[in-house]
Amino acid sequence: MSGRVRLDGRELRREFDRRTVFRDVAFSVAAGETLLVTGRNGSGKSTLVRIICGVLTPSAGSVALESGAGRAADPHMYAGLVAPYLQMFEEFSPMENLGLGAGLRGMPFDARRAAGLLERVGLSGRLHDPVRTFSSGMKQRVKYAFALLHDPPLLVLDEPTANLDEEGIALARSVMAEQRQRGILVVATNDLADAAAYERSVDLDASR
Amino acid sequence: MPPGKAPAGALLRSVRTVFLKDWRSELRTRYAVSALLMFVVTTIAIILFSLGSEGASSDALDGMLWVVIFFAAMSGLSRTFVMEEERGTTLTLQLAAPPAAVFFGKLLFNLVLVTGINAVTVLLYALFINGFVIRTVSIFAVTVALGSIALAAASTIIAAIIARANTRGTLYPVLSFPIMLPLLLSVIEATRKASEGAFFAEAGGEFQLLISYIVVVVVSSSMLFEYIWKD
Amino acid sequence: MVLKITLGVLLTAVIVFGIGLPMSPHPQAWYELPVIPGLEEKARIIFFHVPTAWLSVIAFLTSMFYAIRYLRSRDLRNDIRSSAAAGLGLMFCILATLTGAVWAKFNWGSYWNWDPRETSIFVLLLIYGAYFSLRSAVEVQEKRATLSSAYSIIAAVTVPFFIFIMPRIMPGLHPGSKGDPEGAGPVIDFKMSPNMRVIFFASLIAFTLLFQWMFSLRVRAAEIEAHNQQRG
Repeated sequence: MSGRVRLDGRELRREFDRRTVFRDVAFSVAAGETLLVTGRNGSGKSTLVRIICGVLTPSAGSVALESGAGRAADPHMYAGLVAPYLQMFEEFSPMENLGLGAGLRGMPFDARRAAGLLERVGLSGRLHDPVRTFSSGMKQRVKYAFALLHDPPLLVLDEPTANLDEEGIALARSVMAEQRQRGILVVATNDLADAAAYERSVDLDASR
Repeated sequence: MPPGKAPAGALLRSVRTVFLKDWRSELRTRYAVSALLMFVVTTIAIILFSLGSEGASSDALDGMLWVVIFFAAMSGLSRTFVMEEERGTTLTLQLAAPPAAVFFGKLLFNLVLVTGINAVTVLLYALFINGFVIRTVSIFAVTVALGSIALAAASTIIAAIIARANTRGTLYPVLSFPIMLPLLLSVIEATRKASEGAFFAEAGGEFQLLISYIVVVVVSSSMLFEYIWKD
Repeated sequence: MVLKITLGVLLTAVIVFGIGLPMSPHPQAWYELPVIPGLEEKARIIFFHVPTAWLSVIAFLTSMFYAIRYLRSRDLRNDIRSSAAAGLGLMFCILATLTGAVWAKFNWGSYWNWDPRETSIFVLLLIYGAYFSLRSAVEVQEKRATLSSAYSIIAAVTVPFFIFIMPRIMPGLHPGSKGDPEGAGPVIDFKMSPNMRVIFFASLIAFTLLFQWMFSLRVRAAEIEAHNQQRG
């Protein structure tokens, strides 16, 4: 089913305090493709990311996420996000956070799978410690696990390698490669090393 | 793997998760409960000292109980939303949970919190404030129960508004009071009837008002919440 | 233009006739107003107090109407209208409270009594105050519009509990409440003679037109200001 997911954006505009952040942004992404979003700081990358994830309404235009056969998909179930401004529930442990991630989405929690995922992102020693005791690099890894738990057909990464050491960067790259097999990958970044391969792109500096 | 739209069972699970998250978080830090308890104890002590040996009329004491309850509610019921803003987890909730689940989960949390605190407040008030007499306990019990539910309903939506406004808490009572006045007038009137020893049926008007208030506020808040929650 | 002239003429007529026409116990001529027992000369305030109170409610409903439209459309022009109506509502509410307090002093002895209708207008005043406090606390225009629209809607939802339910349940001083001392009853329905009714309804219409005119002026001014802001 993930193989037929589509993401379309039409004439997107977002205003903030009556000032236009970006306008006439459009894209069309099919499963297996990567969308690269670039732009200076303040150009609205995180704003566009939020619109794509369905948590922000555009001032004009529309974003459509389809699950295949033209049916609209619910971003809660379909999208996963990793971003510097997305916080985990820090008074809880990574395991509990993943449990929350599943429960909030209304999905049953597979603890074994969660543990495996946490191991994969390199947190096996700290499964039950509260996240607030983690370093920023480890918090980033928790965010990856949180985003991947529900196998999202749409994975959005804003600054994918922020706070990560070499091992972490390798993890991010393997996650990105896997997502390209599974569905749609959106990468928002200014670090061209992150933008290895992409089929579609949006440059927000050109969309003011 | 994920279906197109979350079915009803999933929504209930989301609501439960939102509630349990706040509940467990509170159990670990015990922040809200201890602050609220201290608030109630302090306020009742202040009342005791200001009344002195004079005391006050039964009507005044009935009303003052609800003043304490109102301000206790204002102290504690915005935390559920403000805490998410302070910790930066609003986006996380927006992303993972449907807005309705966030609203009802937090409404439930506020309901449990306010009912617990009101029970303690009523107990302390009855124990320590001389002159406060309840002759018809059934009226009073129903009043406190309905009043708590109504308080939770009205305060949750206002809490959501001020949390999104990122203002300090002073705006919370200002916004809440006009909305809650019908509630407050009803419960005070019903409490007076309970103090005077009226029959249960005589408080029917107040109970009807409280029940319809609860229904109206919960229904309209749940519809409004999505607009407030999502930018 | 025609509207302004009509409004001017109408309001002048209301003021002149409302205050000027003599009252007598058995009105004969068309220009004589009846004496209402318990109110007498003080009844004249009906021509002014009731319309301002009425208008503060109309303004509130208008504000709520545009609030709903804003939430649906996210078009800031709706928010301009919502807040313009609310500003006028606040003004009329203050006027209604003041004229009411004056009447209360002359009729019942003190400026304020917490009679249900008095309480209602006070609550409306609080709601307006809260609405503008909320607006001044949020700087970003879109968010300010969303939150204040939501607040005015939830406030509007609780207002019926006051306006219709409480005066019925609790006794009050106003004509028309339970336990009305002089039994003046619903003054509007029974005690006003035809010519009084004419002046009263003329006043109602005049004030409504006044509101409409002021509203359109405020909206136009706000839209020009917003337009300038966007350019600069």
